[in-house]
Amino acid sequence: MSAVLTRWIVEAEVMPKQGVNDPQGDAIMSGLKALGFAETNRVRCGKLIRVELDAENEAQALERATEMCQKLLANPVIEEFTLEIQAAEA
Amino acid sequence: MTKTPTVGVVIFPGSNGDHDALNSLAEDLGYTVRAIDYREPEVGEVDAIVLPGGFSYGDALRCGAIARFSPVMASVKAFADAGGPVLGICNGFQVLCEAHLLPGALLRNSSLRFHSFEVFFKVEQTDTPWTRGIEAGTVLRLPVAHGDGSYFIDPEGLAKLEANGQIVARYSDAIGNVTDEVNRNGSVNNIAAVTNETRNVVGLMPHPERATNALVGGDDGLQILRSLVAEPTLIAAAS
Repeated sequence: MSAVLTRWIVEAEVMPKQGVNDPQGDAIMSGLKALGFAETNRVRCGKLIRVELDAENEAQALERATEMCQKLLANPVIEEFTLEIQAAEA
Repeated sequence: MTKTPTVGVVIFPGSNGDHDALNSLAEDLGYTVRAIDYREPEVGEVDAIVLPGGFSYGDALRCGAIARFSPVMASVKAFADAGGPVLGICNGFQVLCEAHLLPGALLRNSSLRFHSFEVFFKVEQTDTPWTRGIEAGTVLRLPVAHGDGSYFIDPEGLAKLEANGQIVARYSDAIGNVTDEVNRNGSVNNIAAVTNETRNVVGLMPHPERATNALVGGDDGLQILRSLVAEPTLIAAAS
């Protein structure tokens, strides 16, 4: 009765929401400008979390990864997330 | 509370204000204290709970994000939901926000620097278990020690906090002026402490447990921690 599971790699990009102060992003922007990258307009600094997980299919893997983000990987008060998924190489 | 209260202090891996809290509450306040290991399933027979400062789980992912899932936290939440007094100090404040026992979140200081100095803040709300012995408008001086103390909540949430009087204290100068200059970590509306809607859970960035004896440079922390056994103040909130 156990379903065949395949392995997936999900990348969760977690970024500060609009309107949330991001002093790290601001500091990076000052650094870029100091290095001569005068064209820099805005920098936001978030994090990328790569999770390998087993699931029956892509939809299920995404559903579980979404739950992971909602419960732990991102704090909805200050962060938003997007997910990228690919099948892990066998 | 007429009897000597028993206060539980939760110890997470990476807590560093736990022993300061236990010592202060026992030695300077005369309370009965109980150290609660984060793996315990129940907080046990306590009258109040303190979540101490520190760097639980090395601040991995976000400050307080992992501690929130410690086995003991279900019991802390049940205690809070039943109206029990809970105080989160510094990292404890961050844990309470992550656990949704308090609104908002704490972000990296706007200065990007770790702040280790004394601050002044003005107590505005005196109907919480941790401020009810204090006259509204009192300015206290306490040490801070945090890298992520910048309180954030979205504009709607902030309006709600203001309307409900959930902002317990704001960073100020020594005579109580709430200005941008003294808001060194960049908190919205100078927020240093907030409470929940039922007003039994309080989060505070400054450290009362590190200032309960003049021998260590100040004792304003006594006013916070003594509130637990104080009669409610009869003085109306300062306008």
